[in-house]
Amino acid sequence: MVTKVRAKAIKVGDNIDTDVIIPGRYLIYTDPETLGRHCFEPIMPDFYERSKKLGGVIVVGGRNFGMGSSREQAVVALRGAGVKAVVAESFARIFYRNCINQGLPAVKVPGISKVVEEGDEVEVDLEEGAVRVYSPSGELKKEFKVAKLPPSLLEILESGGLVPYLKKKMVQ
Amino acid sequence: MTKTMAEKILGRASGKDVSPGEIVEANIDLAMVHDLTGPHVVEVVEEIAGEVKVWDPEKVAIIFDHHVPADKIRAAELQVIMRRVARKLGIKKFHDVGRGGICHQVLVEEGYARPGMLIVGADSHTVTSGAVGAFATGIGASDMAMVWLTGKLWFMVPESIKVNVIGKLPKGVYAKDVILHIIGKVTVDGATYKAVEFHGDTIRNMTIPDRMTLSNMSVEMGAKAGMVPADEVTVQYLRERGVEVKPFGPDPGAHYEDEWNFEVSKLEPQVAAPYSVDNVHPVSELEGTPIDQAFIGSCTNGRYEDFVEAAKILKGRKVAEGVRCIAIPASIKQYMKLLKDGIIDILAEAGCFVAHSTCGPCLGGHLGVLGPEEVAISSSNRNFRGRMGHPTSKVYLASPATVAASAVEGKIADPRKYL
Repeated sequence: MVTKVRAKAIKVGDNIDTDVIIPGRYLIYTDPETLGRHCFEPIMPDFYERSKKLGGVIVVGGRNFGMGSSREQAVVALRGAGVKAVVAESFARIFYRNCINQGLPAVKVPGISKVVEEGDEVEVDLEEGAVRVYSPSGELKKEFKVAKLPPSLLEILESGGLVPYLKKKMVQ
Repeated sequence: MTKTMAEKILGRASGKDVSPGEIVEANIDLAMVHDLTGPHVVEVVEEIAGEVKVWDPEKVAIIFDHHVPADKIRAAELQVIMRRVARKLGIKKFHDVGRGGICHQVLVEEGYARPGMLIVGADSHTVTSGAVGAFATGIGASDMAMVWLTGKLWFMVPESIKVNVIGKLPKGVYAKDVILHIIGKVTVDGATYKAVEFHGDTIRNMTIPDRMTLSNMSVEMGAKAGMVPADEVTVQYLRERGVEVKPFGPDPGAHYEDEWNFEVSKLEPQVAAPYSVDNVHPVSELEGTPIDQAFIGSCTNGRYEDFVEAAKILKGRKVAEGVRCIAIPASIKQYMKLLKDGIIDILAEAGCFVAHSTCGPCLGGHLGVLGPEEVAISSSNRNFRGRMGHPTSKVYLASPATVAASAVEGKIADPRKYL
């Protein structure tokens, strides 16, 4: 269930753009594995290995995460690298929509980047509308209450994205 | 109730009276994909519908511009797919290699984009068509797949921001300097989720190509759309392209969430330093920074007028030793006009590498990818880390005139002394 995920956090800064998430030269690909291997290449060339070693991670961003290009491959790359959710102070518009459509939880959590430190775990609980930060020892550091998603968007996320959602609808 | 341009357009397209914050399902007037995002859209459409189809072939544009002509086998494969799709679906607004140019330039100069239209494109710089008074915005591949299948998409009606720009631009200062100055002041998320409208006498005196530069870069401050009211300049521009339209703008007394005022009569040429488009400085603060490459082109500043300004500086001069200057007109039409008027000659004689229309180096695709630690000055729109090549390379953004002056000197230079 993507609506409740918990994983180690990897922190990035403010204004993370989609060129940094997946450089333009890789847009000739659309498969998650190839894109995932190049995810965050300009700023964190070992991101893919780190994420895979941890069994997937939650990316914690600052303001305006995902600005720039409309490339949906940015979200596919994150998924391909094993990212389970993105939480950030705020999101750029097109990236946020792409996340929902790709079934990747993206949650706006003002104040999150100041609380999360390297080694912490983050839990995203969309049904309860909460994001929790745990210290490396497993202690709850802070719980953020976040706005619940409208049921329609939650359903798209739960289905794993727009394509599986529409397929399910058609079957029904 | 009186309405902004965004509210009028989204209201018309969804068939009801709308207000900011409301979510509406709107009918799309024009949907554009290019060679890099198109195949992704086709994949999603096929997965949902079992075959590729569109709701209305007249309202779909497919334009090749990113890896044009194909520079590697994978890019060629993608173009094979899209050619087949365009043929199968009977897409008339299909522009193959050498028959169009950069998608945003093509939408405007072919008269596809018109005042009051609701346009979506699978590319963030789709906002460029706001220059003729359209609500034009970038979307991802899945959203575009929905549009291809249904002709509709949901939108949140954005709040609008009115940007007033007044004053006569000094010599050597252009629309590019104005928009860089604005982004420098409001930052890269200053207009996130908002619809921006450009007003004031500076804008009214601008040509459509200049307005395209403004609208184009409105996405660099996060805007959902960047619109200029369609006036007599717009009507005339489209008339020359065989399209008759009426002026279109906001209702008098429309409500704006915010108003930003800029007086530009004393503005200096502006330069955005790495690695953020809002890291903007007057050229005097960055003069002398050595460069390896200069690029004049892109959907932001690759038009006839841009090269004419660059040629004023490059005429009778040479690109500095050790620097390469790449010049790429934004479309075949721009290229032809430059060729006929001898501007291409001036560029080539100065030592520029002049190429056919493509996005090319702007996104680090081809025709001028940067190596480690290399520095470029570019008339394009983004200077993110690794945007034009190696992660340690650097990109400075400026007007075509500033780029040309810098190419001549081999370092960032003020164009005003050459004009």
